[in-house]
Amino acid sequence: MENKHLTFADFMSYISRNKGMLWEYFIQHITMVVIGLGLAVIIGVPLGILCSKNKWAAKIILFITNILQVVPSLAMLVVLMLWLGLGTKTVMVGLFLYSLNPIARNTYVGLKQVDPSYLESGKGIGMSPFQMLVKVRFPLSLTYIMSGLRIAAVIAIGVVTIAPLVGGGGLGREIYAGLNSNNSLRIFAGAIPAAVLAIVADLVLGILQRKMDLSKRKSASAAPAPAKIQNIG
Amino acid sequence: MIVLEHVNKVYDNGFHALKDINLEFKEGEITVLIGPSGCGKSTTMKLINALNTPSSGKVLIDGKNISGLNPVELRRNIGYVIQSVGLFPHMNISKNVGVVPRLKKWDKGKTDQTVNELLDMVGLDHTVYGTRYPSELSGGQQQRVGVARALAADPDIILMDEPFSALDPISREQLQDELIRLQQDLHKTIIFVTHDMDEAIKIADTIILMKDGEVVQTGKPDTILRHPANDFVRNFIGSKRLENENENIYEIPLVDEVMITNPVTSFPSRGLAEAIKMMEMKRVDSLLIVDRNKQLQGAVSIYRVLDQYGEEGKTVADVMHPVRYSVASGSTLPQAIEIMDSHQLSNLPVIDSNNRFLGLITRGSVVKHLAEVYPTMVPPLLNGEDE
Repeated sequence: MENKHLTFADFMSYISRNKGMLWEYFIQHITMVVIGLGLAVIIGVPLGILCSKNKWAAKIILFITNILQVVPSLAMLVVLMLWLGLGTKTVMVGLFLYSLNPIARNTYVGLKQVDPSYLESGKGIGMSPFQMLVKVRFPLSLTYIMSGLRIAAVIAIGVVTIAPLVGGGGLGREIYAGLNSNNSLRIFAGAIPAAVLAIVADLVLGILQRKMDLSKRKSASAAPAPAKIQNIG
Repeated sequence: MIVLEHVNKVYDNGFHALKDINLEFKEGEITVLIGPSGCGKSTTMKLINALNTPSSGKVLIDGKNISGLNPVELRRNIGYVIQSVGLFPHMNISKNVGVVPRLKKWDKGKTDQTVNELLDMVGLDHTVYGTRYPSELSGGQQQRVGVARALAADPDIILMDEPFSALDPISREQLQDELIRLQQDLHKTIIFVTHDMDEAIKIADTIILMKDGEVVQTGKPDTILRHPANDFVRNFIGSKRLENENENIYEIPLVDEVMITNPVTSFPSRGLAEAIKMMEMKRVDSLLIVDRNKQLQGAVSIYRVLDQYGEEGKTVADVMHPVRYSVASGSTLPQAIEIMDSHQLSNLPVIDSNNRFLGLITRGSVVKHLAEVYPTMVPPLLNGEDE
């Protein structure tokens, strides 16, 4: 095969020659992921809240979103394509459906795990159910919601590489172009940025997730407590 | 004033939690609801801020039936302190204290000022603690904030559900003292739930004793101690207090109750310098010499040790004098005092049937015991002196 002796230098020169196109794919890739996830957050968080309010709603919502997530990604996109036609829109709707489960489920779990003593004191001092949700339960479940978003993001960045099959753009296009033309350079040029993107997203969202754990919040200027003056004779 | 009229509470599973409760909580007083767990004391308290609704009967605050009020509005006007404190971990201390004023939409300046005053009032400097988060405070400090939060909107009524039960004994005492101090200035109507009789006696103006969903006895702490309504109350008050309270069955104390259980002892093989150091440390003028089997060997006084101090090889065993008098475990205090008096002793060891050393009766321990018993026996005399 012609690509047996490819070097890193060849790869870099390919990238620099095609950086305009690759950059465009990269942006398309991220845009699809962000819009798909954004929709999933907008719909999934309220669904999670609904789950926490009603046991039956929880069962039904989690069951349906779970099925959506189990469907193989290719099958999902193809079915959506029959309905929505070729294009980026189909990919984003697919990502949205895919991400719904981790986000709704984690919102639900996050709201449920809030320590009952906070709820009792919140109720006892006169918070309405809505105030309790906004001021107490939601802030204390942010870290869980973030963790759902992180899982969804990593899955979405992977799934979106098959977007070209249903007429979408993104780094997947470069990968398929490489496959079709038997050009490993192009496969790498698509696959490596996609992989790096997934890893970076995982790291960044992981940091955010830890930052949002407010249940043991510390003051920024964690000054040591004033020393007790003891009489040491 | 808060009045409960013929309140019943029956849960869906048929459990009759409260049975025809009729109570009155006086304005400006600390009323303590007390009883064993499951007696309905918390349930009763939660009727007042509508966390619990009666199955039948009425809850009246200043003559108004609270079932007609919006529960959320009602709760904002009643302070609430719970055992688990429940400070919001994502809000700093100032935000936690100001949470009710903010719910009531006070303006910011007024809220901040109130919060700072309250933190200082409960003994936490607002400049130091205001910006901290609950996880950075000790349990006692957290509950101080809990009390400040309950006071924030200046409610007339404060409900406290076992607020100090989870704290260590020292913090608990401090917070009890401080509650009493605050109440002297604030004159709130406080309803305080506890299962600790000592706590109730310490802080209550009125005690309501409950059992199995019924009120067993209501009255001032003194009245309940002097005239327990039945055996349950007598038991609940506690046997020790009871002996002291009830003259008819007043028992003569045993030496075991009066003795010091950890007097300063030394092994026979100790050197004289060590003995002096030990007496100096524990501030005593004599040591009891006890061997490894806890058999009492003798005693040394500081004078004898000093006398022989020059001779380096000597141990306390060489200078001790034998203990001639002791009293057996289970003897009564008058027997012990009799011995001490007739032989001019400053102390008297207590030993068990195997001659093992158990403790020491000293003049100090006798006085201390009497001091514990005496004031609760004759409170009228003490009150008279106070005035």
